[in-house]
Amino acid sequence: MALEIVESCVNCWACEPLCPSKAIVEAKPHFLIVADKCTECLGDFADPQCATICPIEGAIVNELNEALNPAGSLTGIPPARWAQVQREISAR
Amino acid sequence: MALPTIPIIPSSGGCSAGSCGSSATQMSGMSDDIRRRVQDHPCYSEEAHHHFARMHAAVAPACNIQCHYCNRKYDCANESRPGVVSELLTPDQAIKKTLAVAAAIPQMSVLGIAGPGDPLANPERTFATFRALAEKAPDIKLCVSTNGLALPEHVEELAKHNIDHVTITINCLDPEVGAKIYPWIFWKNKRIFGKEAAAILIEQQQKGLEMLVAKGVLVKVNSVMIPGVNDEHLKEVSKVVKAKGAFLHNVMPLIAEAEHGTFYGVMGQRSPSPEELKNLQDACEGDMNMMRHCRQCRADAVGLLGEDRGAEFTMDKVEAMNFDEDFLAEAMARRVALRDKVAAEREAKHAKAHAPQLPGQAVITLHRPQKSALAGRPVLMAVAAKGGLINEHFGHAREFLVYEVTATGAKLIGHRKTELYCSGDDSCGEAESVLSRTLRALAGCEVVLCSKIGYEPWGKLEAAGIQPNGEHPMEEIEPACIAVWHEMLKAGKLAPKTESKVA
Ligand code: SF4
Ligand code: SF4
Repeated sequence: MALEIVESCVNCWACEPLCPSKAIVEAKPHFLIVADKCTECLGDFADPQCATICPIEGAIVNELNEALNPAGSLTGIPPARWAQVQREISAR
Repeated sequence: MALPTIPIIPSSGGCSAGSCGSSATQMSGMSDDIRRRVQDHPCYSEEAHHHFARMHAAVAPACNIQCHYCNRKYDCANESRPGVVSELLTPDQAIKKTLAVAAAIPQMSVLGIAGPGDPLANPERTFATFRALAEKAPDIKLCVSTNGLALPEHVEELAKHNIDHVTITINCLDPEVGAKIYPWIFWKNKRIFGKEAAAILIEQQQKGLEMLVAKGVLVKVNSVMIPGVNDEHLKEVSKVVKAKGAFLHNVMPLIAEAEHGTFYGVMGQRSPSPEELKNLQDACEGDMNMMRHCRQCRADAVGLLGEDRGAEFTMDKVEAMNFDEDFLAEAMARRVALRDKVAAEREAKHAKAHAPQLPGQAVITLHRPQKSALAGRPVLMAVAAKGGLINEHFGHAREFLVYEVTATGAKLIGHRKTELYCSGDDSCGEAESVLSRTLRALAGCEVVLCSKIGYEPWGKLEAAGIQPNGEHPMEEIEPACIAVWHEMLKAGKLAPKTESKVA
Protein backbone atom coordinates (compact mmCIF):
# COMPACT_ATOMS: atom_id res chain seq x y z
CA MET A 1 0.00 0.00 0.00
CA ALA A 2 1.24 3.39 -0.94
CA LEU A 3 0.09 6.79 -2.02
CA GLU A 4 1.13 8.38 -5.31
CA ILE A 5 1.86 11.94 -6.39
CA VAL A 6 0.47 12.73 -9.85
CA GLU A 7 1.01 15.46 -12.44
CA SER A 8 -1.04 18.23 -10.84
CA CYS A 9 1.67 18.51 -8.11
CA VAL A 10 3.19 22.01 -8.18
CA ASN A 11 6.50 21.04 -6.50
CA CYS A 12 5.88 23.16 -3.44
CA TRP A 13 8.02 21.02 -1.09
CA ALA A 14 5.42 21.06 1.66
CA CYS A 15 5.06 17.28 1.88
CA GLU A 16 8.71 16.25 1.63
CA PRO A 17 10.00 17.14 5.12
CA LEU A 18 6.90 15.69 6.82
CA CYS A 19 7.16 12.12 5.54
CA PRO A 20 8.08 9.78 8.42
CA SER A 21 9.34 7.16 5.96
CA LYS A 22 11.50 9.46 3.81
CA ALA A 23 9.48 8.16 0.86
CA ILE A 24 9.07 11.49 -0.96
CA VAL A 25 11.69 12.59 -3.47
CA GLU A 26 12.12 15.75 -5.49
CA ALA A 27 11.88 14.86 -9.17
CA LYS A 28 11.05 16.38 -12.56
CA PRO A 29 8.42 17.17 -13.71
CA HIS A 30 7.01 16.68 -10.20
CA PHE A 31 7.69 15.15 -6.79
CA LEU A 32 7.32 11.38 -6.40
CA ILE A 33 6.55 8.88 -3.66
CA VAL A 34 8.78 5.81 -3.62
CA ALA A 35 6.08 3.16 -3.41
CA ASP A 36 7.92 0.54 -1.40
CA LYS A 37 8.93 3.07 1.26
CA CYS A 38 5.50 4.64 1.78
CA THR A 39 3.61 3.24 4.77
CA GLU A 40 0.65 5.62 4.37
CA CYS A 41 1.93 6.89 7.71
CA LEU A 42 0.46 3.89 9.58
CA GLY A 43 1.87 3.72 13.07
CA ASP A 44 3.28 7.25 12.87
CA PHE A 45 0.30 9.54 12.29
CA ALA A 46 -3.46 9.28 12.17
CA ASP A 47 -3.52 11.01 8.76
CA PRO A 48 -1.12 10.52 5.83
CA GLN A 49 1.07 13.58 6.25
CA CYS A 50 1.72 14.37 2.58
CA ALA A 51 -1.98 14.46 1.75
CA THR A 52 -2.71 16.41 4.92
CA ILE A 53 -0.55 19.40 3.99
CA CYS A 54 -0.71 19.24 0.17
CA PRO A 55 -2.51 22.39 -1.07
CA ILE A 56 -3.40 20.98 -4.49
CA GLU A 57 -6.62 19.06 -4.99
CA GLY A 58 -6.06 15.78 -6.80
CA ALA A 59 -2.24 15.82 -6.56
CA ILE A 60 -2.07 12.78 -4.25
CA VAL A 61 -4.02 9.59 -4.96
CA ASN A 62 -4.35 6.16 -3.35
CA GLU A 63 -3.94 2.76 -4.96
CA LEU A 64 -7.48 2.95 -6.36
CA ASN A 65 -6.50 6.22 -8.03
CA GLU A 66 -8.87 8.17 -5.79
CA ALA A 67 -7.80 11.69 -4.87
CA LEU A 68 -7.23 12.10 -1.14
CA ASN A 69 -8.20 15.75 -1.58
CA PRO A 70 -10.97 15.78 -4.18
CA ALA A 71 -11.97 18.85 -6.21
CA GLY A 72 -13.47 21.58 -4.06
CA SER A 73 -12.31 20.06 -0.76
CA LEU A 74 -9.39 22.47 -0.20
CA THR A 75 -10.24 25.67 -2.05
CA GLY A 76 -13.94 25.61 -1.23
CA ILE A 77 -14.69 26.40 -4.89
CA PRO A 78 -17.60 24.19 -6.04
CA PRO A 79 -16.41 22.22 -9.12
CA ALA A 80 -19.45 23.36 -11.14
CA ARG A 81 -18.62 27.01 -10.48
CA TRP A 82 -14.99 26.42 -11.46
CA ALA A 83 -16.04 24.81 -14.76
CA GLN A 84 -18.39 27.70 -15.50
CA VAL A 85 -15.67 30.31 -14.87
CA GLN A 86 -13.24 28.39 -17.09
CA ARG A 87 -15.82 28.46 -19.90
CA GLU A 88 -16.43 32.19 -19.42
CA ILE A 89 -12.72 32.96 -19.56
CA SER A 90 -12.09 30.97 -22.72
CA ALA A 91 -15.15 32.52 -24.40
CA ARG A 92 -13.75 36.06 -24.03
CA MET B 1 29.52 53.47 10.67
CA ALA B 2 27.54 55.99 12.67
CA LEU B 3 23.87 55.88 11.88
CA PRO B 4 22.56 59.25 10.76
CA THR B 5 19.43 60.45 12.47
CA ILE B 6 16.21 61.69 10.93
CA PRO B 7 15.63 65.23 12.12
CA ILE B 8 12.73 65.29 14.52
CA ILE B 9 9.78 66.99 12.92
CA PRO B 10 7.27 68.55 15.27
CA SER B 11 3.95 66.92 14.55
CA SER B 12 1.83 69.89 15.61
CA GLY B 13 2.14 73.47 14.41
CA GLY B 14 5.52 74.65 13.12
CA CYS B 15 6.51 72.82 10.01
CA SER B 16 4.06 72.54 7.21
CA ALA B 17 6.47 72.90 4.34
CA GLY B 18 5.97 70.43 1.56
CA SER B 19 9.43 68.98 1.70
CA CYS B 20 8.82 67.30 5.02
CA GLY B 21 5.07 67.10 5.30
CA SER B 22 4.53 63.51 4.29
CA SER B 23 7.38 62.09 6.33
CA ALA B 24 6.11 63.94 9.33
CA THR B 25 2.74 62.29 8.96
CA GLN B 26 4.15 58.87 8.61
CA MET B 27 6.91 59.04 11.15
CA SER B 28 5.01 60.88 13.87
CA GLY B 29 4.16 58.62 16.73
CA MET B 30 7.28 56.52 16.26
CA SER B 31 9.96 56.50 18.90
CA ASP B 32 13.35 57.90 17.93
CA ASP B 33 14.77 54.41 18.08
CA ILE B 34 12.25 53.08 15.57
CA ARG B 35 12.72 56.10 13.33
CA ARG B 36 16.41 55.40 13.22
CA ARG B 37 15.86 51.74 12.44
CA VAL B 38 13.43 52.24 9.57
CA GLN B 39 14.88 55.27 7.88
CA ASP B 40 16.82 53.35 5.22
CA HIS B 41 14.11 50.79 4.67
CA PRO B 42 12.34 51.25 1.32
CA CYS B 43 9.26 49.37 2.47
CA TYR B 44 8.82 51.16 5.78
CA SER B 45 10.00 54.69 5.26
CA GLU B 46 8.15 56.79 2.76
CA GLU B 47 11.23 58.94 2.27
CA ALA B 48 13.70 56.06 2.00
CA HIS B 49 11.79 54.32 -0.75
CA HIS B 50 12.90 57.03 -3.18
CA HIS B 51 16.55 56.21 -2.55
CA PHE B 52 16.98 52.59 -1.51
CA ALA B 53 16.32 49.20 -3.02
CA ARG B 54 15.11 45.92 -1.70
CA MET B 55 14.85 42.44 -3.09
CA HIS B 56 12.93 39.37 -2.15
CA ALA B 57 14.45 35.93 -2.44
CA ALA B 58 12.03 33.14 -3.31
CA VAL B 59 13.43 30.33 -1.15
CA ALA B 60 10.32 29.33 0.78
CA PRO B 61 7.92 27.32 -1.38
CA ALA B 62 5.84 25.46 1.22
CA CYS B 63 2.87 26.90 3.04
CA ASN B 64 0.99 25.80 6.13
CA ILE B 65 -2.32 27.57 5.50
CA GLN B 66 -4.63 28.41 2.62
CA CYS B 67 -5.94 31.93 2.04
CA HIS B 68 -8.89 32.62 -0.22
CA TYR B 69 -6.91 35.29 -2.12
CA CYS B 70 -4.09 32.91 -3.02
CA ASN B 71 -3.87 30.15 -5.60
CA ARG B 72 -0.93 27.80 -5.12
CA LYS B 73 -1.28 26.49 -8.66
CA TYR B 74 -0.56 29.44 -10.89
CA ASP B 75 2.70 31.07 -11.69
CA CYS B 76 2.06 33.38 -14.58
CA ALA B 77 4.95 35.38 -16.03
CA ASN B 78 2.64 38.36 -16.57
CA GLU B 79 1.76 38.44 -12.93
CA SER B 80 3.01 40.81 -10.37
CA ARG B 81 0.76 39.94 -7.49
CA PRO B 82 2.42 39.42 -4.12
CA GLY B 83 3.40 35.86 -3.40
CA VAL B 84 3.75 34.96 -7.06
CA VAL B 85 7.22 34.15 -8.34
CA SER B 86 8.70 32.39 -11.32
CA GLU B 87 12.04 31.20 -10.02
CA LEU B 88 12.32 29.12 -6.86
CA LEU B 89 15.82 29.39 -5.41
CA THR B 90 17.81 27.09 -3.16
CA PRO B 91 19.30 28.91 -0.15
CA ASP B 92 22.70 28.76 -1.85
CA GLN B 93 21.33 30.36 -5.03
CA ALA B 94 19.47 33.00 -3.02
CA ILE B 95 22.66 33.94 -1.18
CA LYS B 96 24.59 34.33 -4.46
CA LYS B 97 21.81 36.27 -6.12
CA THR B 98 21.52 38.66 -3.20
CA LEU B 99 25.27 39.27 -3.18
CA ALA B 100 25.27 39.83 -6.95
CA VAL B 101 22.42 42.33 -6.79
CA ALA B 102 23.94 44.12 -3.80
CA ALA B 103 27.21 44.43 -5.70
CA ALA B 104 25.58 45.81 -8.86
CA ILE B 105 23.05 48.09 -7.15
CA PRO B 106 24.63 49.98 -4.24
CA GLN B 107 21.17 51.26 -3.20
CA MET B 108 20.36 47.69 -2.15
CA SER B 109 19.65 47.75 1.57
CA VAL B 110 17.04 45.10 2.34
CA LEU B 111 16.68 41.40 1.65
CA GLY B 112 13.30 39.94 2.42
CA ILE B 113 11.95 36.43 2.37
CA ALA B 114 8.23 36.39 1.80
CA GLY B 115 7.37 33.32 -0.17
CA PRO B 116 6.07 32.01 -2.45
CA GLY B 117 4.86 30.01 0.56
CA ASP B 118 5.44 30.96 4.17
CA PRO B 119 9.08 31.52 5.24
CA LEU B 120 8.46 29.96 8.65
CA ALA B 121 6.89 26.88 7.10
CA ASN B 122 10.34 26.42 5.50
CA PRO B 123 12.55 27.24 8.48
CA GLU B 124 15.69 25.41 7.31
CA ARG B 125 15.75 27.15 3.93
CA THR B 126 14.87 30.56 5.35
CA PHE B 127 17.36 30.53 8.20
CA ALA B 128 20.19 29.06 6.08
CA THR B 129 19.78 32.08 3.77
CA PHE B 130 19.71 34.61 6.59
CA ARG B 131 22.68 33.05 8.39
CA ALA B 132 24.98 33.24 5.36
CA LEU B 133 23.95 36.78 4.42
CA ALA B 134 24.39 38.10 7.95
CA GLU B 135 27.97 36.92 7.64
CA LYS B 136 28.78 37.92 4.04
CA ALA B 137 26.88 41.23 3.78
CA PRO B 138 26.32 42.38 7.35
CA ASP B 139 25.10 45.82 6.22
CA ILE B 140 22.05 44.37 4.47
CA LYS B 141 18.90 44.40 6.55
CA LEU B 142 17.07 41.11 6.72
CA CYS B 143 13.34 40.84 6.98
CA VAL B 144 10.71 38.19 6.82
CA SER B 145 7.01 38.19 6.11
CA THR B 146 4.78 35.51 7.58
CA ASN B 147 1.18 34.44 8.08
CA GLY B 148 2.08 33.96 11.75
CA LEU B 149 0.99 30.36 12.25
CA ALA B 150 4.51 29.10 13.01
CA LEU B 151 5.75 32.40 14.43
CA PRO B 152 5.82 31.74 18.21
CA GLU B 153 8.09 28.71 17.84
CA HIS B 154 10.58 30.71 15.73
CA VAL B 155 10.77 33.99 17.64
CA GLU B 156 13.87 32.87 19.52
CA GLU B 157 15.68 31.92 16.30
CA LEU B 158 14.61 35.13 14.52
CA ALA B 159 16.01 37.25 17.33
CA LYS B 160 19.23 35.22 17.30
CA HIS B 161 19.87 35.95 13.61
CA ASN B 162 19.42 39.60 14.28
CA ILE B 163 16.47 39.89 11.94
CA ASP B 164 14.95 43.12 13.09
CA HIS B 165 11.97 43.45 10.75
CA VAL B 166 9.08 41.00 10.70
CA THR B 167 5.84 41.51 8.79
CA ILE B 168 2.79 39.56 9.92
CA THR B 169 -0.28 39.39 7.71
CA ILE B 170 -3.21 39.80 10.08
CA ASN B 171 -6.62 39.98 8.45
CA CYS B 172 -8.85 39.48 11.46
CA LEU B 173 -9.19 38.96 15.21
CA ASP B 174 -12.56 37.24 15.06
CA PRO B 175 -12.64 33.53 14.04
CA GLU B 176 -16.06 34.09 12.42
CA VAL B 177 -14.44 36.57 10.04
CA GLY B 178 -11.34 34.38 9.73
CA ALA B 179 -13.39 31.40 8.56
CA LYS B 180 -14.40 33.47 5.51
CA ILE B 181 -10.75 34.16 4.66
CA TYR B 182 -8.87 30.96 5.56
CA PRO B 183 -10.41 27.63 4.52
CA TRP B 184 -7.82 25.48 6.36
CA ILE B 185 -4.53 25.34 8.22
CA PHE B 186 -2.02 22.53 8.76
CA TRP B 187 -1.56 22.26 12.51
CA LYS B 188 0.11 19.58 14.62
CA ASN B 189 0.01 16.97 11.83
CA LYS B 190 -3.65 17.55 11.01
CA ARG B 191 -5.55 19.63 8.49
CA ILE B 192 -8.04 21.81 10.37
CA PHE B 193 -10.90 23.64 8.67
CA GLY B 194 -13.20 26.59 9.27
CA LYS B 195 -13.64 28.57 12.47
CA GLU B 196 -11.49 26.22 14.52
CA ALA B 197 -8.61 26.76 12.08
CA ALA B 198 -9.06 30.53 12.10
CA ALA B 199 -9.10 30.62 15.90
CA ILE B 200 -5.75 28.82 16.11
CA LEU B 201 -4.20 31.03 13.43
CA ILE B 202 -5.40 34.22 15.13
CA GLU B 203 -4.09 33.08 18.51
CA GLN B 204 -0.67 32.25 17.05
CA GLN B 205 -0.47 35.59 15.20
CA GLN B 206 -1.26 37.61 18.31
CA LYS B 207 1.12 35.56 20.45
CA GLY B 208 3.87 35.95 17.86
CA LEU B 209 3.31 39.71 17.69
CA GLU B 210 3.55 40.05 21.47
CA MET B 211 6.68 37.87 21.69
CA LEU B 212 8.49 39.80 18.94
CA VAL B 213 7.70 43.16 20.50
CA ALA B 214 8.92 41.85 23.86
CA LYS B 215 12.21 40.91 22.17
CA GLY B 216 12.59 44.36 20.61
CA VAL B 217 12.03 43.13 17.04
CA LEU B 218 10.23 45.63 14.76
CA VAL B 219 6.84 44.33 13.66
CA LYS B 220 4.77 45.61 10.77
CA VAL B 221 1.25 44.32 10.20
CA ASN B 222 -0.18 43.81 6.72
CA SER B 223 -3.90 43.43 6.19
CA VAL B 224 -5.80 42.63 3.02
CA MET B 225 -8.98 44.66 2.72
CA ILE B 226 -11.80 42.38 1.53
CA PRO B 227 -15.05 44.35 1.03
CA GLY B 228 -17.94 42.88 2.98
CA VAL B 229 -15.68 40.40 4.78
CA ASN B 230 -13.20 42.28 6.97
CA ASP B 231 -13.31 45.94 5.89
CA GLU B 232 -15.09 47.25 9.01
CA HIS B 233 -13.27 44.75 11.21
CA LEU B 234 -9.85 46.07 10.15
CA LYS B 235 -10.40 49.25 12.17
CA GLU B 236 -10.46 47.08 15.29
CA VAL B 237 -7.42 45.11 14.05
CA SER B 238 -5.55 48.38 13.61
CA LYS B 239 -6.27 49.46 17.20
CA VAL B 240 -5.30 46.14 18.73
CA VAL B 241 -2.04 45.61 16.83
CA LYS B 242 -0.96 49.15 17.60
CA ALA B 243 -1.73 48.66 21.28
CA LYS B 244 0.44 45.55 21.21
CA GLY B 245 3.35 47.47 19.73
CA ALA B 246 3.29 47.02 15.94
CA PHE B 247 4.92 50.12 14.44
CA LEU B 248 3.19 50.22 11.06
CA HIS B 249 -0.07 48.94 9.68
CA ASN B 250 -0.33 48.47 5.95
CA VAL B 251 -3.83 48.00 4.56
CA MET B 252 -3.66 46.57 1.04
CA PRO B 253 -6.52 46.09 -1.39
CA LEU B 254 -7.68 42.58 -2.28
CA ILE B 255 -6.67 41.64 -5.81
CA ALA B 256 -9.22 39.21 -7.20
CA GLU B 257 -9.79 38.27 -10.83
CA ALA B 258 -11.46 35.09 -12.04
CA GLU B 259 -8.41 34.21 -14.16
CA HIS B 260 -6.21 34.07 -11.07
CA GLY B 261 -8.12 30.97 -10.01
CA THR B 262 -8.37 32.08 -6.38
CA PHE B 263 -11.49 31.40 -4.32
CA TYR B 264 -12.34 35.09 -4.22
CA GLY B 265 -11.62 35.58 -7.92
CA VAL B 266 -13.70 32.61 -9.01
CA MET B 267 -16.57 33.29 -6.60
CA GLY B 268 -16.86 36.91 -7.74
CA GLN B 269 -15.68 38.64 -4.55
CA ARG B 270 -14.96 42.22 -5.58
CA SER B 271 -11.86 44.27 -4.82
CA PRO B 272 -12.16 47.62 -3.02
CA SER B 273 -12.20 50.82 -5.09
CA PRO B 274 -9.32 53.27 -4.55
CA GLU B 275 -11.76 55.51 -2.62
CA GLU B 276 -12.87 52.70 -0.31
CA LEU B 277 -9.26 51.82 0.36
CA LYS B 278 -8.38 55.42 1.14
CA ASN B 279 -11.38 55.82 3.45
CA LEU B 280 -10.38 52.76 5.43
CA GLN B 281 -6.75 53.89 5.58
CA ASP B 282 -7.94 57.31 6.80
CA ALA B 283 -10.13 55.68 9.44
CA CYS B 284 -7.18 53.62 10.69
CA GLU B 285 -4.70 56.48 10.56
CA GLY B 286 -5.98 58.02 13.78
CA ASP B 287 -4.54 55.19 15.77
CA MET B 288 -1.70 53.97 13.64
CA ASN B 289 1.20 54.85 11.45
CA MET B 290 -0.21 53.93 8.10
CA MET B 291 1.88 52.97 5.13
CA ARG B 292 0.55 54.37 1.88
CA HIS B 293 3.30 53.68 -0.60
CA CYS B 294 3.34 49.86 -0.55
CA ARG B 295 3.49 48.55 -4.12
CA GLN B 296 2.43 44.98 -3.34
CA CYS B 297 5.49 43.96 -5.26
CA ARG B 298 6.19 40.56 -6.73
CA ALA B 299 7.93 38.30 -4.24
CA ASP B 300 11.05 38.09 -6.42
CA ALA B 301 11.16 41.75 -7.38
CA VAL B 302 14.58 43.31 -7.57
CA GLY B 303 15.22 47.00 -7.56
CA LEU B 304 13.76 50.21 -6.34
CA LEU B 305 10.13 49.89 -5.37
CA GLY B 306 7.96 50.09 -8.45
CA GLU B 307 10.68 49.03 -10.84
CA ASP B 308 11.58 45.42 -11.35
CA ARG B 309 15.08 44.58 -12.55
CA GLY B 310 14.77 40.86 -11.88
CA ALA B 311 15.53 39.89 -15.47
CA GLU B 312 19.10 41.24 -15.13
CA PHE B 313 19.89 38.71 -12.43
CA THR B 314 18.72 35.33 -13.64
CA MET B 315 20.38 32.35 -11.98
CA ASP B 316 22.58 31.42 -14.94
CA LYS B 317 24.05 34.93 -14.98
CA VAL B 318 24.56 34.87 -11.21
CA GLU B 319 26.11 31.38 -11.09
CA ALA B 320 28.82 32.60 -13.47
CA MET B 321 29.97 35.26 -11.01
CA ASN B 322 32.78 34.90 -8.52
CA PHE B 323 32.38 36.23 -5.00
CA ASP B 324 35.75 36.43 -3.27
CA GLU B 325 36.35 38.41 -0.13
CA ASP B 326 37.73 41.49 -1.87
CA PHE B 327 34.74 41.61 -4.18
CA LEU B 328 32.33 41.42 -1.25
CA ALA B 329 34.22 44.03 0.77
CA GLU B 330 34.35 46.49 -2.14
CA ALA B 331 30.65 46.05 -2.83
CA MET B 332 29.82 46.70 0.79
CA ALA B 333 32.00 49.80 0.87
CA ARG B 334 30.12 51.20 -2.14
CA ARG B 335 26.80 50.63 -0.41
CA VAL B 336 27.91 52.23 2.82
CA ALA B 337 29.32 55.26 0.98
CA LEU B 338 26.07 55.74 -0.92
CA ARG B 339 24.00 55.50 2.25
CA ASP B 340 26.21 58.09 3.95
CA LYS B 341 25.84 60.42 0.98
CA VAL B 342 22.05 60.11 0.88
CA ALA B 343 21.86 60.62 4.64
CA ALA B 344 23.90 63.81 4.34
CA GLU B 345 21.70 65.10 1.52
CA ARG B 346 18.56 64.32 3.44
CA GLU B 347 19.88 66.04 6.50
CA ALA B 348 20.78 69.13 4.49
CA LYS B 349 17.32 69.18 2.92
CA HIS B 350 15.59 68.93 6.27
CA ALA B 351 17.85 71.60 7.73
CA LYS B 352 16.87 73.91 4.87
CA ALA B 353 13.19 73.20 5.29
CA HIS B 354 13.41 74.09 8.96
CA ALA B 355 15.72 77.09 8.63
CA PRO B 356 14.32 80.37 9.96
CA GLN B 357 12.91 82.52 7.17
CA LEU B 358 15.05 85.41 6.05
CA PRO B 359 13.45 88.82 6.41
CA GLY B 360 11.56 89.80 3.28
CA GLN B 361 11.17 86.22 2.09
CA ALA B 362 7.63 85.20 1.40
CA VAL B 363 6.12 82.97 4.04
CA ILE B 364 3.41 81.02 2.38
CA THR B 365 2.30 78.16 4.51
CA LEU B 366 4.11 78.38 7.79
CA HIS B 367 1.65 80.24 9.95
CA ARG B 368 -1.77 79.12 11.01
CA PRO B 369 -3.65 82.39 10.34
CA GLN B 370 -2.52 82.29 6.73
CA LYS B 371 -3.56 78.68 6.46
CA SER B 372 -7.14 79.52 7.21
CA ALA B 373 -6.99 82.35 4.69
CA LEU B 374 -6.09 79.73 2.09
CA ALA B 375 -9.28 77.79 2.49
CA GLY B 376 -9.04 75.77 -0.69
CA ARG B 377 -10.29 72.21 -0.74
CA PRO B 378 -7.91 69.22 -0.90
CA VAL B 379 -6.97 68.09 -4.40
CA LEU B 380 -5.74 64.64 -5.45
CA MET B 381 -2.80 64.82 -7.84
CA ALA B 382 -1.23 61.89 -9.66
CA VAL B 383 2.51 62.14 -10.25
CA ALA B 384 4.68 60.21 -12.72
CA ALA B 385 7.95 60.08 -10.80
CA LYS B 386 10.90 58.00 -9.80
CA GLY B 387 13.38 58.71 -7.04
CA GLY B 388 11.36 61.66 -5.72
CA LEU B 389 11.54 63.71 -8.96
CA ILE B 390 8.87 64.31 -11.60
CA ASN B 391 10.86 62.64 -14.33
CA GLU B 392 8.58 60.26 -16.17
CA HIS B 393 6.79 60.63 -19.47
CA PHE B 394 3.05 60.12 -19.02
CA GLY B 395 2.98 57.28 -21.49
CA HIS B 396 5.91 55.47 -19.92
CA ALA B 397 4.70 55.57 -16.33
CA ARG B 398 3.77 52.15 -15.04
CA GLU B 399 2.38 53.66 -11.90
CA PHE B 400 1.44 57.04 -10.49
CA LEU B 401 1.98 58.29 -6.97
CA VAL B 402 -1.13 59.96 -5.62
CA TYR B 403 -0.77 62.97 -3.36
CA GLU B 404 -3.47 64.75 -1.43
CA VAL B 405 -2.56 68.41 -1.63
CA THR B 406 -3.94 71.03 0.75
CA ALA B 407 -2.88 74.43 2.02
CA THR B 408 -0.73 72.68 4.59
CA GLY B 409 1.26 70.46 2.26
CA ALA B 410 1.31 67.44 -0.02
CA LYS B 411 0.79 64.03 1.49
CA LEU B 412 1.41 60.75 -0.29
CA ILE B 413 -1.75 58.68 0.04
CA GLY B 414 -1.15 55.85 -2.35
CA HIS B 415 -0.20 54.76 -5.81
CA ARG B 416 -2.12 53.61 -8.85
CA LYS B 417 -0.84 51.04 -11.30
CA THR B 418 -1.48 51.63 -14.96
CA GLU B 419 -1.05 47.99 -15.86
CA LEU B 420 -3.44 45.99 -13.78
CA TYR B 421 -0.98 43.32 -12.65
CA CYS B 422 -0.91 41.76 -16.07
CA SER B 423 0.23 43.15 -19.38
CA GLY B 424 -3.15 42.56 -20.97
CA ASP B 425 -1.88 40.87 -24.12
CA ASP B 426 -3.52 37.89 -25.76
CA SER B 427 -2.96 35.66 -22.73
CA CYS B 428 -5.58 37.59 -20.80
CA GLY B 429 -8.74 38.28 -22.78
CA GLU B 430 -8.99 42.03 -22.13
CA ALA B 431 -8.44 44.13 -25.20
CA GLU B 432 -8.84 47.44 -23.39
CA SER B 433 -6.34 50.06 -24.40
CA VAL B 434 -3.64 51.04 -21.96
CA LEU B 435 -4.75 54.66 -22.11
CA SER B 436 -8.34 53.98 -21.12
CA ARG B 437 -7.13 51.75 -18.30
CA THR B 438 -4.82 54.51 -17.14
CA LEU B 439 -7.72 56.94 -17.15
CA ARG B 440 -9.72 54.58 -15.01
CA ALA B 441 -6.80 54.09 -12.64
CA LEU B 442 -6.60 57.85 -12.16
CA ALA B 443 -10.25 58.26 -11.17
CA GLY B 444 -10.64 60.90 -8.48
CA CYS B 445 -7.42 62.76 -9.37
CA GLU B 446 -7.78 66.30 -10.73
CA VAL B 447 -4.23 66.85 -11.93
CA VAL B 448 -1.52 64.66 -13.44
CA LEU B 449 2.06 65.84 -13.15
CA CYS B 450 4.58 64.27 -15.49
CA SER B 451 7.75 65.29 -17.34
CA LYS B 452 6.08 65.15 -20.75
CA ILE B 453 2.82 64.08 -22.28
CA GLY B 454 1.62 63.39 -25.80
CA TYR B 455 -1.15 65.25 -27.66
CA GLU B 456 -3.69 62.41 -27.65
CA PRO B 457 -3.54 61.55 -23.96
CA TRP B 458 -3.60 65.29 -23.14
CA GLY B 459 -6.98 65.64 -24.83
CA LYS B 460 -8.38 62.47 -23.30
CA LEU B 461 -7.26 63.47 -19.81
CA GLU B 462 -8.85 66.90 -20.16
CA ALA B 463 -12.04 65.31 -21.43
CA ALA B 464 -12.04 63.11 -18.33
CA GLY B 465 -11.72 66.17 -16.09
CA ILE B 466 -8.06 65.60 -15.23
CA GLN B 467 -5.70 68.49 -15.91
CA PRO B 468 -2.36 67.33 -17.37
CA ASN B 469 0.62 69.35 -16.17
CA GLY B 470 4.10 69.08 -17.69
CA GLU B 471 5.42 72.33 -16.27
CA HIS B 472 7.50 70.87 -13.46
CA PRO B 473 9.83 68.37 -15.13
CA MET B 474 12.72 67.13 -12.95
CA GLU B 475 11.40 69.03 -9.95
CA GLU B 476 10.83 67.56 -6.52
CA ILE B 477 7.32 66.19 -6.15
CA GLU B 478 5.98 67.93 -3.09
CA PRO B 479 6.98 71.56 -3.82
CA ALA B 480 5.67 71.13 -7.38
CA CYS B 481 2.32 69.78 -6.17
CA ILE B 482 2.00 72.67 -3.74
CA ALA B 483 2.82 75.18 -6.47
CA VAL B 484 0.12 73.70 -8.70
CA TRP B 485 -2.36 73.78 -5.83
CA HIS B 486 -1.66 77.49 -5.30
CA GLU B 487 -2.15 78.18 -9.01
CA MET B 488 -5.51 76.41 -8.83
CA LEU B 489 -6.42 78.44 -5.77
CA LYS B 490 -5.53 81.69 -7.52
CA ALA B 491 -7.56 80.65 -10.54
CA GLY B 492 -10.57 80.17 -8.27
CA LYS B 493 -10.73 76.42 -8.88
CA LEU B 494 -10.63 75.38 -5.25
CA ALA B 495 -13.97 76.46 -3.89
CA PRO B 496 -15.61 73.61 -2.02
CA LYS B 497 -17.00 71.26 -4.66
CA THR B 498 -20.53 70.91 -3.32
CA GLU B 499 -22.91 73.55 -1.99
CA SER B 500 -20.47 76.27 -2.96
CA LYS B 501 -23.33 78.66 -3.73
CA VAL B 502 -24.89 78.24 -0.30
CA ALA B 503 -21.59 78.82 1.48
S1 SF4 C 1 1.57 8.72 3.12
FE1 SF4 C 1 3.02 9.12 4.78
S2 SF4 C 1 4.63 7.63 4.38
FE2 SF4 C 1 3.48 7.77 2.48
S3 SF4 C 1 4.56 9.34 1.30
FE3 SF4 C 1 2.90 10.35 2.41
S4 SF4 C 1 3.91 11.09 4.23
FE4 SF4 C 1 5.25 9.53 3.40
S1 SF4 D 1 2.61 19.03 -1.14
FE1 SF4 D 1 1.44 18.40 -2.95
S2 SF4 D 1 1.91 19.95 -4.51
FE2 SF4 D 1 3.42 20.18 -2.87
S3 SF4 D 1 5.16 18.96 -3.56
FE3 SF4 D 1 3.92 17.64 -2.25
S4 SF4 D 1 2.53 16.60 -3.67
FE4 SF4 D 1 3.40 18.32 -4.78
